[in-house]
Amino acid sequence: MAYFLQLVFAGLAQGCIYALVALGFTIIYKASGVINFAQGEFLLVGAFLASVGTFEWQLNFFVAVAIALLATILLGIAFERFALRRMIGRPVFSIIMVTIGLDILLRTGVVMTGRSNERSPATPYSIASGINYGGVHFGANQLWTIVVTLLICGALYVFFRYTRYGLAMRATALDQEAALALGITVQGVYALAWGIAAAVATIAGIFLAINVTTFDSTLGGIALFAFPAIILGGLDSIPGAVVGGIIIGLIQLLTQGYESHFPSILGTGFDTITPYLIMLIVLLVRPYGLFGTRKVERV
Amino acid sequence: MSTNVAPRDTLDLAPPAVAQGWFASAKNRTLLIGGVALLTLVFLFGGDNWLLILNVTMIAAIATLGLNVLSGYAGQISLGITFFMGIGAYTAAWLGGSPPVFPGDPVGLNLTFLIWLPAAGILAALAGALIGPTALRLRGFYLAIVTLALVFIGLYLFKNARGLTGGPQGRTFPAPGFGDFSFANPTPVFGITLTTNQWYFLLFVVVLGLAALFVHNLIHSRAGRAFEAVRDNEVGAALIGVNRFHAKMGAFIVSSFLAGIAGALWAAYPGGYAEPNTWNLTLAIQFVAAMLVGGVASVWGSILGAAFVFALPLALDTFAIIPVSASTTGLTSGDLSAIFYGLLIIVFLIFEPGGVIGLARRGQTWFQRLEEQRKGGEAAAGTAPTEAGL
Repeated sequence: MAYFLQLVFAGLAQGCIYALVALGFTIIYKASGVINFAQGEFLLVGAFLASVGTFEWQLNFFVAVAIALLATILLGIAFERFALRRMIGRPVFSIIMVTIGLDILLRTGVVMTGRSNERSPATPYSIASGINYGGVHFGANQLWTIVVTLLICGALYVFFRYTRYGLAMRATALDQEAALALGITVQGVYALAWGIAAAVATIAGIFLAINVTTFDSTLGGIALFAFPAIILGGLDSIPGAVVGGIIIGLIQLLTQGYESHFPSILGTGFDTITPYLIMLIVLLVRPYGLFGTRKVERV
Repeated sequence: MSTNVAPRDTLDLAPPAVAQGWFASAKNRTLLIGGVALLTLVFLFGGDNWLLILNVTMIAAIATLGLNVLSGYAGQISLGITFFMGIGAYTAAWLGGSPPVFPGDPVGLNLTFLIWLPAAGILAALAGALIGPTALRLRGFYLAIVTLALVFIGLYLFKNARGLTGGPQGRTFPAPGFGDFSFANPTPVFGITLTTNQWYFLLFVVVLGLAALFVHNLIHSRAGRAFEAVRDNEVGAALIGVNRFHAKMGAFIVSSFLAGIAGALWAAYPGGYAEPNTWNLTLAIQFVAAMLVGGVASVWGSILGAAFVFALPLALDTFAIIPVSASTTGLTSGDLSAIFYGLLIIVFLIFEPGGVIGLARRGQTWFQRLEEQRKGGEAAAGTAPTEAGL
């Protein structure tokens, strides 16, 4: 039982990371209809800058995180302004590939600094610290991941619900032309979406890096598991992204924890494909996901 | 005036079709003869370094061609080409590999490559035919994600099917050969002694040539026109009587077939050894990059793009163009070329979606226009005096 609870707790924390990445996907998708395949590299760049900031520039953890946030936000906004803005109206394939181009550039850029191997993550608390209760180890990082994810979700809820910028973003997501006619600066909405997505991804990256204790340039690959999360939750649903992320994280960690009990059936590494299998089932049965609008691109 | 200037298509992924009668133009004939002469020179005097680069490029070009049929001509995104390459490679290993010596060795039936190479394509095509009906129900982003998932599911299957793939450590792959003659260890044939790389060069030229001819003819057939119709406007295509499902499936199967052939060769050359991890997402994205940089919906573009994405890092490595000290900072030729093609994808997609081939076409049109203007100017200058005389 303690083993099960331990897995559930770890799954929740992992799911929160997926949820943060998925939030980024969904916010950008809702604002501009673009799926950003480079989202994972924002995790990497964020975690990398925070780590370089604390260990090489000897900065306070929070200052380093602030720098990382600022850098990724500017990166996101610049990419949207100078690359994606010119791609409006192009086929989906081209748009996806431009973001994959950015993905390659960012990852290789981090590699080319020559400092990306076996990096220690920036962390304000000891990686191993935590609370033991009832035979379950509640790791400090996992607890903080869950708490911060909840705070971010709350903040985003308030932002979308009660601020004029949030209202502008919701209006743009509903009907871009009507939003333009009402005097909403759609370009500003795009920039805001990319900024929020980049910031959320950076925070996810910092938690993820602490979670894996040392990281390298492949850190961003984890973001691929957020694709099943957004499909499960519904591509255009922000609560769906969070719920989908947490479900995918839970299922993945549970599979990981129990697959060694069935080695002859499942083989090794079954947990790396469970999110995709779930996604395929969702696409076949309920393509709009749990909370998405009932409209999906298919023939 | 501009009778033979094809109007530039305004659609993003649709550069104008290659003009008919390619060989009719003297310039193209010169180009072709020049290219053949250059390849012959490299074949005879290039040495192993150049031949290796050319050979890898040619295999990559076969896969890029396959991808171009599906994504370029039929407009269906695929990030999963390495899955089908893996299927092809393991088919080749199963049929052509050496029989297991010890228990636990991966299987092999030791058949000739005249069987395993086509079989690699056919089995990959079958896999495509099985997956197609499910995958092709989806479009755009959904299709991209599903094909991406395919790569990961493939990696999992390949790692776990130990009897076939050797597990995570990988397995040996058969080298092509006839009877006692093997490409990996060639003996003189009719008194002619060629190196391993030269034999492979000949093989790959033939296979790539056939693949390119096949794709070229396919695209100029009814089926190919159906692909392009579906890409440009699905509803429109359906209205004029194109069966969208058949067109997409056809493209998917052809694409998988070529990927399977390329996969078998990719595993066989140069080392004849591959781990399951060979067939990963990064490789798949490299093929997409090759297609985009070279030219979407273009046979020559596929070959050029493969040369750019796959030959460049090899050339950088082979000829030690990166300073030796760079190795301590972790900068590899792979990284350097990744920066190049990452940047080129973005730049080309924004400014010239037709890739290098699109750029060449644009240049050609520009020159033609310049020439016409010059001629027009001369004509005007020629008539002016007579008018004045009258």
